[in-house]
Amino acid sequence: MNHSLEVKNLHVSIDGQAILKGFNLTVPKGEVHALMGPNGTGKSTLAKVMAGHEDYIVESGEVLLDGVNILGQEPDEISHAGLFLAFQYPMEIPGVSIANFIRAAKQARLPEGEEINAIEYYKELYAKMDALKMDRKFTARSLNEGFSGGEKKRCEILQMAMLDPKYCVMDETDSGLDIDALRIVSEGVNLMRSEDRAFLVITHYQRLLDYIVPDVVHVMFDGRIVHSGDKELAKELESKGYDWVKEAFATASA
Amino acid sequence: MSDIDLQDQAIQVDTEKGNFKYPENYEFDAGIGLTEDTVKYISDVKDDPDWVREFRLKALEVFKKKPMPTKWADKDLENIDFDKIRYYLSKGQQPARSWDDVPDDVKETFERLGIPEQERKFLAGVEAQFDSEASYSRMKEDLEKEGVIFVGSSEGLAEYPEIFKPYFGKVIPTADNKFSALNSATFSGGSFIYVPKGVKLKQPLQAYFRINAENFGQFERTLIIADEDSEITYMEGCTAPKFETATLHSAVVELVALKNAKIQYITVQNWSSNVFNLVTKRGMADEGAEVKWIDCNIGSRLTMKYPGVVLKGKGARGEVLSIALANDGQHQDTGAKMMHLADNTTSNIISKSISIGKGRSTYRGQVHMPKHLKNCKNNTECDALLINTNSRTDTYPAITTRGQNNTVQHEASVSKVSAEQIFYMMQRGLSEGEAMSLAVNGFVNELMKAFPMEYSVELKRLIDMEMEGSVG
Repeated sequence: MNHSLEVKNLHVSIDGQAILKGFNLTVPKGEVHALMGPNGTGKSTLAKVMAGHEDYIVESGEVLLDGVNILGQEPDEISHAGLFLAFQYPMEIPGVSIANFIRAAKQARLPEGEEINAIEYYKELYAKMDALKMDRKFTARSLNEGFSGGEKKRCEILQMAMLDPKYCVMDETDSGLDIDALRIVSEGVNLMRSEDRAFLVITHYQRLLDYIVPDVVHVMFDGRIVHSGDKELAKELESKGYDWVKEAFATASA
Repeated sequence: MSDIDLQDQAIQVDTEKGNFKYPENYEFDAGIGLTEDTVKYISDVKDDPDWVREFRLKALEVFKKKPMPTKWADKDLENIDFDKIRYYLSKGQQPARSWDDVPDDVKETFERLGIPEQERKFLAGVEAQFDSEASYSRMKEDLEKEGVIFVGSSEGLAEYPEIFKPYFGKVIPTADNKFSALNSATFSGGSFIYVPKGVKLKQPLQAYFRINAENFGQFERTLIIADEDSEITYMEGCTAPKFETATLHSAVVELVALKNAKIQYITVQNWSSNVFNLVTKRGMADEGAEVKWIDCNIGSRLTMKYPGVVLKGKGARGEVLSIALANDGQHQDTGAKMMHLADNTTSNIISKSISIGKGRSTYRGQVHMPKHLKNCKNNTECDALLINTNSRTDTYPAITTRGQNNTVQHEASVSKVSAEQIFYMMQRGLSEGEAMSLAVNGFVNELMKAFPMEYSVELKRLIDMEMEGSVG
C-alpha cells in the first residue's frame, strides 16, 4: 500500500475558468510539506477540491489517499477516509456547542449501534484543550460564533487533534493570528507530527514555517507547483518576494 | 451531562414507531358524515346529561353557520370533506385502571409506543386515548389522596359537574372559531384535571392521543383547573399511522389558573403527513397566576394552532414557547395570542420555525393591550430557519398597545443553513442529514433548555429523523 497523499495531474475549473492546471504533489506519511505561493494561484481551490467541495469541476486527474482515489466522493466519506481540512475561514454554526459538534463528528465515525463513552470523550477533549491553552468554558460556546480569528484557528486545530486524521491539510491557518496564538497553534500541530501522519501546510507567509518546520517546501504559481526545495526555500521566498516567482516562472508556464 | 444516559427515558413518539395499526373493531361507530343524528348518537352512547346534549346541538348549528376561515388561512382547508369523516369510534370500554384490563390490541399499541414504561419511570399519571375514548387512565395514589382529579372528560362531567360545569366552554366559547364549534358538537375523550388549593405536583401528568382508524376525526376536549397556589405540568403526545386519506384532529384545550396557580402545558405532536391538525388552546390566568404553553409541532398536512393566554388578573403571566418544523408538503401555521386584561401583566412569546424543502411555516401573533391598563409588558421573538430555497415563511404579528407604561418588544429573524455550513460540517465527517439536523438543533437549542429534559431529548431525536428523511 502506498502511504501517501498523492495528487496526480489535477485539472480543475470553476465557472469555465481553469484554476488548477496539471497539479502534481506527493506527501508521504511522516512528512510536513509547505505549499506557498502568491494569492490567486489556486492554493485554497486545491484544499477544497481535495475535501470534496461540489462547486468545482474536476476536468481530469486524481487525488489518492493511500493509493485510493477520493475524487467524486462525498465530503463526509473523504473525512472518514482520513483527510482533515483546517479551513481558512471556519464557518459559524449557531447554537451548536464545540463539545457537541466534535462529539457528533466522532460519533459519525463509529459503527452503527456503538456509542461514544462520554467520560472518556471529555477526558480527551479537556487534555487536548489544555495543550492548546483553551479555557474549558470554551466547550459550551457555539461553534465559531463570535470567535476572534485566533480562537477560530485554535478551534480548528482542536478538531484536528480530536479527529485524529491521517492527512492534515491546513489552509492559511496563520492568517489572522497574533504571534502568541501562532506559537500555540504551531505547538499543537507539532505535537501531532508522527510517522503515521502527513501535513500539507498552505501558507502565504514564511513566518508560520519558523514554528512548523517543513520537510519540503513547494512554490505554487498559476495552478501548478513550479519549484520545490527544503525549508531554506521558504526563507529565500521571504527575502526575494513573490515577484521573483512571477518573473522566474511566468514565462515558463506561458 | 450526557444525552446518552437520558435516551432511555425519552418519550417515544417517532413517526416510524407510530406507523402501524391494528384491525378496526369497534363496538360503537357514529357512521360517516355529520348530522344532528350523529351528535345525538354520541350523546346517547356517552349518556350525556341534558345540558351537554343541548350544548352539542347548539354547537353543531354554530359550526354549520361559520364559514371556513380561508379568507386568511390556507386554502387546503377546503379539501376537508366533513361528509366523509367518522366522528365517533369506540370499543365501548371504560378507561381501565390497570394495563392488564386494556384490550390486547390497544395495549399492544401503547406498549409499542412505550407508554407503560414511561409511566413507571417518571410520570405521576397517564391517560391513553385510542380514537374517541380513553382506554387507560391512572394516577399515583398519593395524588388521589391529596384530592387531585385526573380522569377523562366524560367522566369529569359526569362525576364532578360542580367543578366541571362552571369552567367548561368559558375560556374558549363554542363560537370562537369553526373548529372549536365542531369540537363542541362532537367532543369525546381528552382529560379533566383538577388540582386543589396549594397542591404542587412534582411530576407531570401525561396524555397520549392515538388515531388508529382511517377517515377518522379525533375531537378530544381537555379542561384543566389549577386552584389557588397550586402547580401542575401536563404533557401530551400524539401519533397516527400513515393513512392514504386525510384524517382530522380538532381538539379544544382550556386551562384555568386561579390566583397564584401555575400551569405548564407541553405538547409534542408528531402527526403523519395527512392529518389536518386544527386545534384551539387557551388558558386563563387570574391574579398572580402563570400559564405556560410549550408547543412542538412536527408532522401533519396542515396545523393551525395559536395557543393563547387571557391575562385576567393583576400580575398574571403568560408564555408561549413554540417550535414548528414543516417538511415537504406540510404547512405549519402556528403562533400565539396574548390578551392583557389587567395591570402589571406580562407575556412572552418565543417562536422558532424550520421550513425544509417545500415545507411552509407561518407565524401569526396577536398581542392585545387596551388603553386603560398600566405597566403591561410583552416580548415577542420569532425566528425562522430556511433549509433550501424552496422553503417559505411568513410572519403576521399583530400587536395593539395603548395606555401608559405598557411596553412591547418584537424581534423577528430569518436565517438559512448555507451550503458552506453544510460542507464544513460534512468535512468533519457528518452526513448531509446529520449536518442539517445539527444546524436545526442548534437553532432551537436555547429554547429547548426551557423544556423538561425528557422532552428535549425526544424532540432532538424527532428532528434527527425528520432531517435524515429530508435528504434525497
